[in-house]
Amino acid sequence: MRVSTVARGDGQHPNDDQTTMLVRKIPDGSVIDHIAAGKALSVLRLLGNPQENGFTIAMVMNVSSSKMKRKDIVKVEGMEISQEQVQRLALIAPRASVNIVRSYRVVAKRNAVPPRTLRGILSCTAPTCVSVREKDSAPSIFFLSGRSPLRYRCKYCGRELTEKEISSQLG
Amino acid sequence: MRRRKEPLGADAVRRDAWKGRDVISILDFSRSELESLFAAADEFVGPPRPRKDLADYIVATAFFEPSTRTRLSFTTAALRLGAKVIDLSPDVSSLLKGESLHDTTMMLEGYSDLIVMRHPSEGAALLAAELSSVPVVNGGDGSQHHPSQAMLDLFTVRRLKGKIDGLTYTVLGDNRYARSATSFLYGLTKFRPKMVYVVSPESLRPRDEITKQLKGLGLRYELRPELEQVIGNTDVLYLTRIQKERFPDLNEYEKVKGSYKLTKDVLARGKGGMIVLHPLPRSTELPYDVDSAKSAAYMTQAHLGVPLRMALLLKVLGGGGA
Repeated sequence: MRVSTVARGDGQHPNDDQTTMLVRKIPDGSVIDHIAAGKALSVLRLLGNPQENGFTIAMVMNVSSSKMKRKDIVKVEGMEISQEQVQRLALIAPRASVNIVRSYRVVAKRNAVPPRTLRGILSCTAPTCVSVREKDSAPSIFFLSGRSPLRYRCKYCGRELTEKEISSQLG
Repeated sequence: MRRRKEPLGADAVRRDAWKGRDVISILDFSRSELESLFAAADEFVGPPRPRKDLADYIVATAFFEPSTRTRLSFTTAALRLGAKVIDLSPDVSSLLKGESLHDTTMMLEGYSDLIVMRHPSEGAALLAAELSSVPVVNGGDGSQHHPSQAMLDLFTVRRLKGKIDGLTYTVLGDNRYARSATSFLYGLTKFRPKMVYVVSPESLRPRDEITKQLKGLGLRYELRPELEQVIGNTDVLYLTRIQKERFPDLNEYEKVKGSYKLTKDVLARGKGGMIVLHPLPRSTELPYDVDSAKSAAYMTQAHLGVPLRMALLLKVLGGGGA
């Protein structure tokens, strides 16, 4: 399939010719860049699989990156990712950046910043934690305890979840 | 809903603000608050006199795990202050019908003025405190916190050694699962010990979240594999049994069972004036013949639980000019 390589208005790195060749520009929507290689499908799942709601998705996986060596990129045509979604995105793609595109121009840039507090999203891995044993009445609450690598600490038992554990729970 | 707990603002933290507070972790209390607790507890050491400070109060004890000292010393403390005590017995209550911690807490807060709770789940007391309008005192939650035990342990050191600062502490035993050991270490972060040695077999070393916390709080400590290396420098030896009931895999327990023991021979190599503390119950790590040693202070420690918990109840409930 021939893809457009016309302008670089959607915020991809200007030297990323390989990427630009692979995926055409989108007129409106969101471009999620700097996703760790292999995580693009997890990102889509975290966004609620927008392709199932009629949105067109373009995905590039395992392309070279000056910052990350290898990375994935996801473009969702017609869907603007909210700030809340960007925050949640940080849980599996903590270095991701999101460009919001309207009429082929980037109108907003949003960096994935992990939320300080997560309620009911992650599960504690300590089997004796009250949030596990009494989960019907005690929704899990986690506090951000590290950004790089990403870590969250359970409010109730203090157990920390590693980036890998967080990713596997959400992916 | 009644709201007898006061919101804890910055001003409250700065002053000695015990009244209405939950007691979940010793980390929640400042050094000056602990010192004021110890000073109040000093008043209750010695022959008991009848008091009515808490005559208008009902204390609920809810122990979802076995307990001798914590439950009975809290009960005794409440009774000595004139309070009434109601007790939730898990084996004859609706817990047997699967009642949740949520609903149990909601009942207890309606029937009492303060809840003392022990539960096998980490975070149970914190959850109960969030639900309850009356103060919750954590009598032990899983392998995490046991604040009143740590307060008692530090109080014992202060009474027997005259100070808490400047001493060398050795915490020997199950530093992975024993909440008393963890809470004691957390308590030491509020003071200025000369050195803290944490001695245990490798598989019983403190969990990552504990060491991270201790480092973050600036406690000067070293992990050591053998008591013999440090006993000559130790002023306070804090010993715990291996917490068999908290091992996820009993095979792992079998591997470390009996791996350390305080004998009279080892004790003889200790520093003069050293004291030995143990939260009890004991297992094989503390033979009965050690009881006759001059350094054995664990029975005194257990008995001081009543005055310490009298002061604690009085401060939290605010009766009698606490």
